[in-house]
Formats: sequence, structure tokens, C-alpha cells
Amino acid sequence: MASAMEIYQYLPRTNCKECGKSSCMAFAAALLAREVTVDDCPPLKEEKNKENYDILVKLLPPAESASETGMIVHTELCTGCGNCVVACPVNVAEDPYGAGSGKAPTSDKIILRVEDGVVKLSNVESCRRFGPQSRLCSGCIATCPTKAIEFV
Amino acid sequence: MEIKDFVCTGCALLCDDIGIKTEGNTIEKTYNTCRKGAARIRGDEERMTCTIKGREENIDKAITEAARILSEANKPMIYGLGNSSLEAQKKAIELASKLSAYLDDTSSFCQGPVVEAILEGKVPTCTLDEVRHLADMILFWGSDPASSHPRHLSRFSYFPRGEKRQRGWEENRTAIVIDVRKSDTSEICNKNFYRIPPGSDGELIDALTAALNGKIPKVSFGMSSKEILELANLLKKAEFGTIFAGLGLVYSLPEIEPMIKLIEALNKSSNFHLMPMVGQYNMRGFNHLLFEKTGYINRVKFDGNKVDHGPHCSVMEVLNSGETDAMLIIGSDPLGCFPKSIAEKLKNIPTIVIDPARTFTSMIADVSIPSAYTGTEAAGNAVRMDGEKVEITPFIDSKKLSDEEILKRILEAI
Repeated sequence: MASAMEIYQYLPRTNCKECGKSSCMAFAAALLAREVTVDDCPPLKEEKNKENYDILVKLLPPAESASETGMIVHTELCTGCGNCVVACPVNVAEDPYGAGSGKAPTSDKIILRVEDGVVKLSNVESCRRFGPQSRLCSGCIATCPTKAIEFV
Repeated sequence: MEIKDFVCTGCALLCDDIGIKTEGNTIEKTYNTCRKGAARIRGDEERMTCTIKGREENIDKAITEAARILSEANKPMIYGLGNSSLEAQKKAIELASKLSAYLDDTSSFCQGPVVEAILEGKVPTCTLDEVRHLADMILFWGSDPASSHPRHLSRFSYFPRGEKRQRGWEENRTAIVIDVRKSDTSEICNKNFYRIPPGSDGELIDALTAALNGKIPKVSFGMSSKEILELANLLKKAEFGTIFAGLGLVYSLPEIEPMIKLIEALNKSSNFHLMPMVGQYNMRGFNHLLFEKTGYINRVKFDGNKVDHGPHCSVMEVLNSGETDAMLIIGSDPLGCFPKSIAEKLKNIPTIVIDPARTFTSMIADVSIPSAYTGTEAAGNAVRMDGEKVEITPFIDSKKLSDEEILKRILEAI
């Protein structure tokens, strides 16, 4: 996953403010948070910056694949180990004897489950990162051995 | 059709909580499987065809030819069986006894020393369910379950809540990784990751044993006495600990005795157990069966009522020395995984392969007999990595014969 600093390296770094942000660094942070897209930077679309534009498009996975909580599961990295399923505090609260005990889930209310060897999301509104009262829970990220889960 | 509680035969964890959605004989979806298990259940590998000397033949002829090769051989060898059911393994032992053959399996160069120490009662062991409910200290030594047994940490060892470990990994459990490289498992346990140089496992074991016996530990690599003493203190405070021995540890130790001594030293104040990280789903089952029959877990040569045992009966030694003149390989791919100098000896002798999938060995085999996948297509019993017996019930109607049936027919034909 790219950092704001890494993204910044590929921006024009002229602080022209054409995008509406106060500086290129602010635009980089907004890009990382998926508040804006690469196309929102007019100088980046110029021919001389085409190379950097292409790198940035590759660097930032499409936000459409993120859930309402901003969670993205990189399925190509996920091994289906189910660590996140067992560690997720909501899963444990909803299904303590199934998902919370390392066994097959027995509740429909859980957020994370494994299907075809890859983690799938459901009931995202229960996620601790959802909505205005969201908290910075990182149970699923910290337990992922392959860094297949990220929040944007 | 929805199937519940199916047993996955992807690895020796034998997860028994798999859900499967089928449409006729096609698998639509698998639930709760890791990626490895999902591929195993879907049967992603290319299936093997029934051949004699590379030409497609029917299974009856192939079985007759296999029986002829084995009965004409003076010193045949039967090898493999880690991916076969207990029932098939029993038939293979019977066949080896009848043919006065060499018999060996993958444990001979894998987890054999650990399983042997456990079966001979030299070292305490426990079950995976005990680990889930009781363990507060888990040590992965030379093993990387996040890659080899993906559900190990989530189902049994680290993350789940258990009877006496209600707060799971967050507060109730400590996981330690000792390895020669930064692995996926060490990413999770990075606070307690000890990286050691290759081949220095024995030295660290001796140092830890010394520390536990009140001496000042010393090693020749970059770990200070203080660090080793801290690790020893962390371990001895455990109420219930398990050391999961991986191949990294087994390959690094010429003898398992130092590990047994370490566990003895730990158990003066704690309660530690040793468990092998078995790869193939029923390797340990074969070890149990052969141990019951002969007193040895692998590397045997039957000779009438007598049984010879030793390194000279191991598959590597027998192939390397040219002792055997025909080989029956069941559910294994020696050509794909043996050292080249030994694997190339396979071309000098007639080989028979029984396997569901096409392997390198099957491509050069004189006779290849396709079998059903135990799990999805064939029933049987297997022994999990902790020694617990698990029953496997299939859900696909397959016309293919199981390993057990093929071996039974070879036995009858001899």
C-alpha cells in the first residue's frame, strides 16, 4: 500500500492549488483517503506528466472495490486463513461459539466470513469503522499475515 | 445441495467444519476453507489417466500389470501413503508384508523423528482442541503455519477463544516464532519473533535448556545471554505450552534428544507439549498403523515374519543404492520433490503410480492407476497432526476406485 509521501513524489509538486487543495501534499493525503481521484489534478493530465499519471493510477487501487467502511480486501493476497474472522470484535460478539471460537460461523450477523478460500464482507454497517461514531479498530488488519486487508 | 461439516483433506489439520454448495456433481461454493483447502476440494489439479507404458489402458489391465511387476520383483518398494486413508494404508502394509517389500513414507525425511518420539512416549504431546481451550503459550519453531496450514492460528492455536482462554490472542495467549527467515507467521507475532541463523536451532535449544537449569546461556550467533534468559523465563511461566515443530527444526537437528531435554527442563515448572506440523493429511496415520504392527513408524523391510528397520530401508537410501527393483508409489511425487541424483534412479526400475492427479512421476511411470480423491470422492478415516482420528465422508459420486480398492485388487491379483 502506497503512503501519502510516496504518492506526493509522483505529483507535480508545484502547489498550484488548481485542484482546490492548499498544497500537493494535501492533495496526496486526499488521494490516499479516496476523497479525490487522480483526474482531479489538472496539471497531472498534461502530456509531460503522463508517466507519473499512469504510475499513480496503478498505485491506487480503485475505490469502487472498497466497502462503505473503506475496507478493501486484496483477494489476490488473501489466503483464507480466517484470522480476521476470528479476531474481528463484532464477529466475536455476534457469534462467540462459532466464528469467535475458530469454528464455522453460526450467525448471519457477522461481518467477515471465508468463501471459496477468500474473505468476504457482509453487514458492513456493524463494522466499528462504519458511520459517524466510527472507531479506529484494526483487529482484521493486525491479524492478517499477508496484509490483504486495508482501509482507505 | 448444501453440505455441512465436511472434512477437508488439504492438510493434516483435517478441518471438519467446511460447508459446500453443490449443483449435481459440480462444486459451486466452499465455505470456511482456506485457499489451499478450496483448491483441494475443487480438485484443481489435472486428473491422471490410466496408462501402461504411456499408452491409455483400462483399469483392469493396469492392475494386472501392476501385480505382475510387483510379484516378479525380488525387492519391491512401496512408498508414499501420506495422502491415503487409514484403510488404504492398512492394505499397503498387508501388500508389503506379502511381497516381503521395503515400505516407507514421507515421514522418513519429514516429521518422522517427532512422531516417533511421541509414539514411543519420550515426549509429552496434546491435542489441538486442548491447545484451543488451554494453551497460553504457543511456540512455532521452524514452522510457518500461515503458509503451510493457513487455518492453524485461527482455528486452534492463537486467535480463538477457548474454555480457559476466553480472551483469546488479545490477552490470554502468547505466540512466539523462532525461524531462520521472516515468515508470514512472524508478521503476526512480530513482538516475539526470534530470527536465528540456519542450522543453529540445536545451539539455541541447548542454551535455553542451560538457562532453565540455572546456568548462563551462550550462543555463537547474535543473541545475548539476557535475551535467551528472557525467552526462557517467558516460556517457563506458561501454564500450558505447545511447541509446534516444523521442518525447519527437524532438518536442523541431527537428533531430537535436545528438544526432549528442553521440554523436560521446561516441565519442571511448566506444562509443555510437542506437536509435529504434519503436512500431508494422513502421514501421521501411516506412522500409527505401522507402529502398531511392527514397532517402527517408517523405513521397514518385511522378510517373512521378520521386520528389518533402519536408515538403509529409507526410500532415499534404497533408491540411491539401487537395492529395489520395482517401486509402487501411492499419492506421492518423488520425481517432483526428491534430489535430482536420487530421483533420476527412478528411470532404472519399473514404477507404478496410484494418484488422483497427474504428477511428474506418473508421466514416467510404467503403470499409472488413477484413484478417487479421498475426501470429496472416497470415504475413509485419517489421523490429524495431533493424533486424533477423523472420519471422512465423501459427497461426489465418482466412478474412480479409491486407493484402498486399487490396493485390494492388486493384493488379490498377486
